[in-house]
Amino acid sequence: MTSQPGRGLLHLAAAVDLAGTLDAEPYLRLVRLAEHGALDFVTLHDTFAAAGPDSLSVLSRIAPATSRIGLVPTVTTTHTEPFHVQAAVATLDWVSRGRAGWRPDVSPGDDEAALVGRRQPPAPADLWHEAGEVADVARKLWDSWEDGAEIRDVATGRFVDRDKLHHVDFEGRTFSVRGPSIVPRPPQGNPVVVVDATRPYAYDVAARHADVALVGIADPGQLATARAGLRRRAAEHGRDPDELRVLAALRIDLGGGERTARPGHGGGPLPTEEGPLYRGGPVDLADLITDWHRRGAADGFHLTPLDPRRDLERLVNGTVPLLQHRALFRTFYPGSTLREHLDLARPANQFAALAQESS
Amino acid sequence: MTSTLPSRKAIHLAAHFPGVNNTTVWTDPGSGSQIDFTSFEHLARTAERGLFDFFFLAEGLRLREHKGRVHDLDVVGRPESLTVLNALAAVTEKLGLAATVNATFNEPYETARRFASLDHLSGGRAAWNVVTSSDAFTGENFRRGGYLDRADRYTRAAEFVDVARQLWDAGTGRPVRHHGRHFTIEGDAGVPTPPQGHPVVIQAGDSAEGREFAAAAADVIFTRHGTLEAGRAFYADVKGRLAAHGREPEDLLIMPGVTFVLGDTDAEAQEKAAGIRRQQVSPQNAILTLEQVWGVDLSSYDPDGPLPDIDPVPDTGLSQGRTHRGDVFALAEKWRELSRAKGLSIRQTVIETTSRQSFIGTARTVAAEMDAFVQGDAADGFILVPHLTPGGLDDFVDQVVPLLQERGAFRTEYEGDTLRSHLGLRTPERTLTA
Ligand SMILES: Cc1cc2nc3c(=O)[nH]c(=O)nc-3n(C[C@H](O)[C@H](O)[C@H](O)COP(=O)(O)O)c2cc1C
Repeated sequence: MTSQPGRGLLHLAAAVDLAGTLDAEPYLRLVRLAEHGALDFVTLHDTFAAAGPDSLSVLSRIAPATSRIGLVPTVTTTHTEPFHVQAAVATLDWVSRGRAGWRPDVSPGDDEAALVGRRQPPAPADLWHEAGEVADVARKLWDSWEDGAEIRDVATGRFVDRDKLHHVDFEGRTFSVRGPSIVPRPPQGNPVVVVDATRPYAYDVAARHADVALVGIADPGQLATARAGLRRRAAEHGRDPDELRVLAALRIDLGGGERTARPGHGGGPLPTEEGPLYRGGPVDLADLITDWHRRGAADGFHLTPLDPRRDLERLVNGTVPLLQHRALFRTFYPGSTLREHLDLARPANQFAALAQESS
Repeated sequence: MTSTLPSRKAIHLAAHFPGVNNTTVWTDPGSGSQIDFTSFEHLARTAERGLFDFFFLAEGLRLREHKGRVHDLDVVGRPESLTVLNALAAVTEKLGLAATVNATFNEPYETARRFASLDHLSGGRAAWNVVTSSDAFTGENFRRGGYLDRADRYTRAAEFVDVARQLWDAGTGRPVRHHGRHFTIEGDAGVPTPPQGHPVVIQAGDSAEGREFAAAAADVIFTRHGTLEAGRAFYADVKGRLAAHGREPEDLLIMPGVTFVLGDTDAEAQEKAAGIRRQQVSPQNAILTLEQVWGVDLSSYDPDGPLPDIDPVPDTGLSQGRTHRGDVFALAEKWRELSRAKGLSIRQTVIETTSRQSFIGTARTVAAEMDAFVQGDAADGFILVPHLTPGGLDDFVDQVVPLLQERGAFRTEYEGDTLRSHLGLRTPERTLTA
């Protein structure tokens, strides 16, 4: 069971960030490599003013050229319209046939605010409060069409059953949305929400709204504690904690050969400004992942390669086969959606549930 | 090589994905999904097989409502355009990719960035149809909310496009500084100048303000003037406005949205066309169309019976998201007149007043009429709106395109890689403001 992470299969994800790359081809090579390794999903980070195309565009460009791997772009919530954001993520789920995720993030910088010119960025706590509201309204809008709303009933001339379409009437602190969405409910019901829980103020957003929480802590014992804490908080919010996957976020530098000078797992990752950094060989990384997984530190790993072309290749051809050999990681994709890879249920529709309660 | 006569205007063609209105016939057994990516892929690949200039997606940011509930008789719902077009860039190589994006419910920086992204990821094939529709009803889905009157909509749209172009020109490492009436923007665009310099800008809007905006700022104008006479007048009017903006006639292409029906004989095509119009106006749709004019509930009327005697009530807000403009009293009287004169029921009257398809006939007839339309300066090309998803262009591409090529009026291969190249538009000069 997933509440016992040391016993189940682990989940693996990788970042495919390529700063300043404009063409689709280099991204596609990385994502295909990750898919070859049967990884659960790739992430592509984004900020306003980032050099290069926006992440959601890149991953939609990649979607038809891949078939199984989950695609998780960062889409920011500070200077964007919640209605557009949820529609774009839902559409990524449609064009990828159920492989979309979304990593909400905030834009605290003055530079980003100046490019939009709409408002000064509020304090970080308020930014994350708003990000939580955007995640909340996104789920409501994804659910604003019930499954099967499209009926095409020739006899009555009705294309949709409008009893299955819902206004969401969301009132947030900084915005409101009437709904329903313009996009029918996506294949996964709700695309997978991935929140970096180690960011200041993001912890509670992760506990409330995330399907996958990323936690960057260099010590496996502390990581296990953080995982337990997130699960407890999720339960306090009325969620089933087994519907939350907690992944250890590690930056990896696999440039040092098969094994590191020191035996074992290279002494473990070093804490850095940008999160824990693992330096060593692919074999040692497999040992570290095996060890952390057995200790119940996390449900899996989100790995950010320092040099994506080199490190992802070593991860997929060096680390992954060892984990597969140890029966800790899948050798092929038994499912076709990202939720299936993550062993997460397709969520019930909140409006359909309401309708049933009241009837 | 083709035998194109030097004097012959080349026709430009675009494929409109069937939209959220009753032009799209969803009751036909051949009608496929409006949302699955396979439908978009099918139509885009068909358009590229036919060497079309571009593929086009419309936009609507609030589901239409009637009597306070979601309008359920036509196709409802669609995916977000830019995401679909980026995905289509993976399954096509040359086809231009046009998305409708509203200038009222977006901000210039993000919109410019997303179109620059599409242009980079597609190798220079992006186009942006700048629409200005704004109403409080749609605004309820957005931070911005609200409503802008037409004058404000177009000054905002003009400044919006101007800022986007400044951002595209600046690329990286050169900050943009814009202090205008609607927008104040400073900083580095982040994305390098797109392959096309500027993605192609399309304008759709008919008012004098809309035409003026197009003459000043657009590369293509998408119009509803699909008849020869109206087309000629519109063409002359819009092309005539260009000189005042220091532009040449070929800097702005005029492309009406048109429908077509093909048959083995002209008579068979006419019959098919009438059948399609009947499919487009279901009994329920006939009542709804009437209610949109009358402004009141008419659900007790029999679609196969006579038109109501009562007078319309203007501005009741019965229908939201698609409004009837103009004099509803005159329109109602005209329809009653028609019904009386020809002995038509409600449904028959609505079918009769539904505009006929623009081009009806054998492939040869349609090719000749389209060519005459363009050579006669009623258009520079067409945005074809098929009534079936996703196969609605299959026959056109297989049957009409070869005849247009035979006439020397349409390309026999893509000569360039970018949409600007297909449309014969020059690459804009970079103006660096900051
Ligand atoms: C051919 C055509 C297509 C249009 N397509 C769209 C569309 O997809 N989405 C939209 O919001 N508005 C669309 N519009 C509306 C226009 O952008 C514009 O807001 C409307 O025509 C009112 O402007 P006007 O007063 O200048 O005509 C379209 C208009 C025309 C003429």
